[in-house]
Amino acid sequence: MSSTAISAAGLNKWFGEGEARTHAVKDLSFEARFGEMLYVVGPSGSGKTTMLSMISGILRPNSGSVRVEDTDIWSISDDRLAQFRLHKIGFVFQDYHLFPRLTTAENVAIPLILQQRPWDQALTEAAHDLEIVGLKGRADLPPVKLSGGEQQRVAIARAIVGRPDVLILDEPTASLDGDTGRNIVQFVREHILSEQRCIIIVTHDSRIYEFADRIMKMEDGRLTGFDRGELDAQ
Amino acid sequence: MRQLQMPGIYRIAFKLLVNDRTKFAALLVGITFAVFLMIEMTSLFAGILSRASATVINIGASIWVMDPSVQTVANTIPVPDYVLDEVRSIPGVKYAVPLYSGAALLKLHDGTYQAANVIGLDDSSLFGRPQLISGHIENIFAENAFIAVDDSEFYKLKGANIGAQFELNDHRGVIVGTARVISSGLFGVPTLYTTYYRAMQYIPNSRFTISYVLVEPKKPADVAAIKRQVAAAGYLALTKDEFIRKISAFYKYQTGIGTNMLIMTLISFIIGLSISGQTFYTFILENIEKFGALKAIGAKGSELVSMILFQATFVSLTGYGLGVGLCSLVIWLARLYLPDYAAMVTYTNLGLAFIMVVVIASISSYFGVRKVLTIEPFDIFRG
Ligand SMILES: Nc1ncnc2c1ncn2[C@@H]1O[C@H](COP(=O)(O)OP(=O)(O)OP(=O)(O)O)[C@@H](O)[C@H]1O
Ligand SMILES: [Mg+2]
Repeated sequence: MSSTAISAAGLNKWFGEGEARTHAVKDLSFEARFGEMLYVVGPSGSGKTTMLSMISGILRPNSGSVRVEDTDIWSISDDRLAQFRLHKIGFVFQDYHLFPRLTTAENVAIPLILQQRPWDQALTEAAHDLEIVGLKGRADLPPVKLSGGEQQRVAIARAIVGRPDVLILDEPTASLDGDTGRNIVQFVREHILSEQRCIIIVTHDSRIYEFADRIMKMEDGRLTGFDRGELDAQ
Repeated sequence: MRQLQMPGIYRIAFKLLVNDRTKFAALLVGITFAVFLMIEMTSLFAGILSRASATVINIGASIWVMDPSVQTVANTIPVPDYVLDEVRSIPGVKYAVPLYSGAALLKLHDGTYQAANVIGLDDSSLFGRPQLISGHIENIFAENAFIAVDDSEFYKLKGANIGAQFELNDHRGVIVGTARVISSGLFGVPTLYTTYYRAMQYIPNSRFTISYVLVEPKKPADVAAIKRQVAAAGYLALTKDEFIRKISAFYKYQTGIGTNMLIMTLISFIIGLSISGQTFYTFILENIEKFGALKAIGAKGSELVSMILFQATFVSLTGYGLGVGLCSLVIWLARLYLPDYAAMVTYTNLGLAFIMVVVIASISSYFGVRKVLTIEPFDIFRG
């Protein structure tokens, strides 16, 4: 397996037309490696989420290409891309987006169910991953019965249950208090990161910078450089 | 075992639907109510239509010859006797007999009056005679003999068993048997059978006396020729089915019943559509971000669509079943208290309601599907 997990080349994305046109990501190229936790930081509106969406196959760039492992993801059909995301990429959304009418375990099992695994097996694995994220015994509760930090863990369990090679987290600590956020990222660093996995986190939260292998800085849609370790809050 | 399991995404779709108790209940109530109203309305109408043709169905003759102005079997226009001879002379006619059908006022044994429908059967053939439950058919030739039909109106004759007596226009009448018929009449009056001649004698008549000439063709191919010949003589020959259709058309288009039931059915359809369609759409909207998240995770558009269709189908079929059940229950209860309650659940009614439910489900899911297909995972991702 190559040590390059993702390589983006000459990515451009703009929204709108004419006067209203925003060039959200400008000629951006970079690589992310297996075994690393890569942070993306930058002011609000600098194009972080847009970039993340393009490298994870949910937003088509206007130009440029993205390779994830050996796949040129923007050259394959929509359905194949969906399959690709399902098997290779795990998402943790900022607002979790858990189904309130399903149990915690059912929420976590969704990627496996979409992979057409038998129901019981999917739920067993989901319960197991809930244990991994420290939510043993919560499998049958609805997510709303859990605290914000616990819901974020459920979202992480859902993201990792399919054992994806790439894990994408957009502002995972934004709606959590400082300690909870720190604990979760520390947990991800210690338990989810592995040599076969690449984790990319977009964040504003300088309290979690210590867990990053590399920190990529963006400004006005451009990549402005890399930092390691500590970085002053913007 | 594995292939028997419902695919996981449907199970998820099912849980999303059913676990949202209030919305699920609202959806079911909407569809059940609509189906109930639709079937109830159309059944009532079907019942009325079928009863309006009761005499035609019960007598069962293949061809009915009548005055061209006749609109329904109950409003007879007498035809002259020579028409009978003329019809008999048409080649292709196996036999032709007269039928009398008219209203009479009975004075019952307790002195009360009761309107009745009297049917006079051809004396020589008794063509169209009902199936007897008690008594012997030959007794219809006895003095003053009548046969009472034991249908939902029978009780109005106050115990018309064999031997019971009554007066009909100062003539004595006596019940010599009771009979069963296929269809009860619409007008809530009991029916008596007697011979054509006795009906002539007992009931005051206009110059002409035959209500209908009943015809049996030699073979089905002769029907067209018979109709043509009768038409040439200035009269109208209809097959049994044509006559029933004509009577139905009369009630549908010449009375307010048809329009009213059309309006009611339409209203129930609109109510069902608005309650269920609205609720279903709100349900989709409420879950739209989650559907977007599913899309981001890797659900294909077709999978999301099939989840929505599954939910719509499940709700509709359940609501349909409940609606049909409720309707049967209400009709059953109504029959318990009103024996003549003229509702008839036909396959057409069930099919019509089913089509409407399918339309409601399709419209509702169309908007849901459109919404779900346009959702961009990127927008969900951005929050
Ligand atoms: N769908 C869209 N339509 C129009 N403009 C958009 C759209 N999505 C993003 N933009 C614009 O693109 C730019 C980059 O947005 P993006 O969400 O990537 O920023 P960000 O760095 O993630 O910001 P934040 O830190 O606030 O999340 C912004 O100017 C934004 O207004
Ligand atoms: Mg963002």
